[in-house]
Amino acid sequence: MLRLFLRRLLESIPTLLILIAVTFFMMRMAPGGPFDSEKRLAPEVEANLRAAYHLDEPLYQQFGRYLWNLAQGDFGPSFQYRDRTVTELIASGFPVSLQLGGFAMLIAVFGGVALGSVAALRQNKPADYGTMAVAMTGISVPNFVLAPLLVLVFAVYLGWLPAGGLGEASLLDGGWKNLVLPVFTLALTQVAYIARLTRGSMIEVLRSNYIRTARAQGLPTRTILLRHALKPALIPVISYLGPATAGLITGSVVIETIFGLPGLGRYFVTGALNRDYTLVLGIVVFYGALIILFNFLVDLAYGWLDPRSRE
Amino acid sequence: MPSRLGWLLLALALAAGCSRPGDQANLPVPRKVVVGGATGQELAAEQILRKGNGTEPETLDPHRAEGVTASNVLRDLFEGLVTEAADGTLIPGAAASWTISDDGRVYTFRLQPNGRWSNGDPVVAEDFAFGLRRSADPATLSEYSAILYPIDNAEAVVNGQLPPEQLGVRAIDPRTLEIRLHSPTPYLLGLLTHSSTYAVHRPSVEKFGDKFARPGNLVSNGAYRLNAWKVQSHIQLVRNVHYRENDQTTINEVWYYPVENAESELNRYRANEFDMTETVPNRQIPWLKKNLPDELHIAPYLGSYVYGFNTSQPPFKDNVPLRKALAMALDRDILVGKITGAGEIAAYGWVPPVTGYKNQQPVWATWTQEERDAEARRLYAEAGYSAEKPLRVQLLHNTEINHRRLAVAMAAMWRDVLGVETEILNQEWQVFLQTRRTKIDTQVFRYGWVGDYNDPYTFAEILESKHGLNDMAYNNPRYDGLLLQASREADPAARMALLEEAERIMLDDMPVLPIYYYVSKQMVKPWVAGYASNIMDHHHTRHFRILKH
Repeated sequence: MLRLFLRRLLESIPTLLILIAVTFFMMRMAPGGPFDSEKRLAPEVEANLRAAYHLDEPLYQQFGRYLWNLAQGDFGPSFQYRDRTVTELIASGFPVSLQLGGFAMLIAVFGGVALGSVAALRQNKPADYGTMAVAMTGISVPNFVLAPLLVLVFAVYLGWLPAGGLGEASLLDGGWKNLVLPVFTLALTQVAYIARLTRGSMIEVLRSNYIRTARAQGLPTRTILLRHALKPALIPVISYLGPATAGLITGSVVIETIFGLPGLGRYFVTGALNRDYTLVLGIVVFYGALIILFNFLVDLAYGWLDPRSRE
Repeated sequence: MPSRLGWLLLALALAAGCSRPGDQANLPVPRKVVVGGATGQELAAEQILRKGNGTEPETLDPHRAEGVTASNVLRDLFEGLVTEAADGTLIPGAAASWTISDDGRVYTFRLQPNGRWSNGDPVVAEDFAFGLRRSADPATLSEYSAILYPIDNAEAVVNGQLPPEQLGVRAIDPRTLEIRLHSPTPYLLGLLTHSSTYAVHRPSVEKFGDKFARPGNLVSNGAYRLNAWKVQSHIQLVRNVHYRENDQTTINEVWYYPVENAESELNRYRANEFDMTETVPNRQIPWLKKNLPDELHIAPYLGSYVYGFNTSQPPFKDNVPLRKALAMALDRDILVGKITGAGEIAAYGWVPPVTGYKNQQPVWATWTQEERDAEARRLYAEAGYSAEKPLRVQLLHNTEINHRRLAVAMAAMWRDVLGVETEILNQEWQVFLQTRRTKIDTQVFRYGWVGDYNDPYTFAEILESKHGLNDMAYNNPRYDGLLLQASREADPAARMALLEEAERIMLDDMPVLPIYYYVSKQMVKPWVAGYASNIMDHHHTRHFRILKH
């Protein structure tokens, strides 16, 4: 176990390095710089700005400096938010994105597995067709279409939920209301994918010999389903969680912008548009590390669910 | 049970699939709200103003901030020597009065006796002198310091040739400040409402350095102080109890919310989460005009939307007839009436309607479109183009849907009237700025300019041959000469006449292709009293009240 962990840790270092290098040089190659504005900059001011952010140094030196600082946990100053550091911005944006993504993931897994199981049990009956139709809709309707529609209905027209923002109240004290629409919109696509995956694997498992044996022994359906069928049926779902996390992260970029949530996705978009080199790099590195970690956890869960993969 | 749920979900999904997203037309019109109670002026118990505020300000340091949205917040936090009434009229701010020397080059300000910083310290003349020096100091990294150039030695200070102490400002005594100019600058008072001329609280700048403008550190001299700022979520200002006119301020708290997406902003406004918006999406304007006409405020704004010709490269180099032909062949009434649609004003000149300046137009501005088209065809032929040998031109704009629609319409008009073949290109904003600046890879390109102060010079100077923003590469010594003459002229009327003549000469060369003058577009709830439209689109929360609703 420890060996596995250490091996994965070592493997992740070159992956991250490549990620940093590609992002660093691609950002610099993009035309337009962080201090290009419609205003006329005095030459002295421009020189000072470039020196203050080390943009006057050769590129390799800047890259080395970035890596050196990163090794010490310093993501550098933000180019866009002039009196903040990238570390501060990530620390303030990540909890928001984590809440959004975490709740969406929970809904995606529980909702998706439940819907998929129902569909599998009622195969080729109205409940099956109904759930799968919903799933197809969820996959086909993009979130940037669904989000404004839900806002119009639930916030503008009915007035039940806020149209955007995070609000000041804590989650339990009414703050949850601000998360309902974004979480639902973000989760929907993943619910749909997971429901379809679960349905497929569940149908396969339900046809297998050991389930037939269990039925022959007279075990109640609930026991068969929860104790014997669910675990193996979840294997494809678990292996999908890695891509699902990536999907949630990219989805959150759109959702946070539409709902005005102060999360990392929105920082990323505005950072890229403003050529905030350090902020974009910081978020890429942070999310890259997060996805590597999550894939590792998925592998662990995989081993727990499927004894064959433990070796 | 599951099957019923299944059908219900299916029905919901289908219903969702049938509606058109973003379309407000099918929704019921909100009911009319009665505001102000019985007298119409009764105040609401809760005096909190919530405003949408476009892109997030990069900083609230008045000398390093740039952009409209940072200025919106800074106007509530700080007070310049001069400030603005709700309708934009210049009124005494931190300075109670001032005198101007006969040659127009020395301004002496007498500060208010009761000016206070938000920590209770008195506001003194040295605070303003310190602020101006800091703003000009190249070490401050101000992107706006060029605006200070009228002040004696400012250009040399900004370019590091003189120390900031040499700037032409000094505190004669704690209540008297002197600003010396290198040439008479009639718009100086308007300039003093700009954030780069604000005073800063010296002890906190020295204590906190770069971080002095953050919540907890920032000390300000305006009607409000900074209480909280969560990036991309909100900026919260609360009443500055030490402000000199605190007893005349009604609203206790102002919340600024960053929303880049105008459609999202409008939704949050309609859900009553905002009392005011920063802008309005163009495509919703017809619906809003019909259904919420009292809340939609559209007013002339100090900005010009033009296309620039690159006059240093073919085909527009030394080719005035061709530039004029393209300018005349556009039917601006259709462009502003059918394409932009917010009430923009068709423009034939470069300087928008500025107080005290006579709007300039070429003669053909008064012709009918048929007459213009005929003349355009004649000029097009004179420039050597015809149906057999049409002009092939690249039109460049920054990526944005409204610019796109306008560009397509322009290309269609050029094709119909002259037979021009236009290739429309778009680039993301930062790339676009860089391309435009090269003055090599461009032919016709979008150019928008919003004035920094209410004076024609903020537009006129851009076309000066050596100006850093002259992406048209326009170079006419007569134009430059008139601008120089105007900047030395102490008599305001004579100065305006010189600037008007300069614009007439420039329009005869047509380095820019005027399209329209901007309008400001804002939604304001009926319970926000004290709001007034003004040409600068500047609004100070201390003039507002929230009525009972």
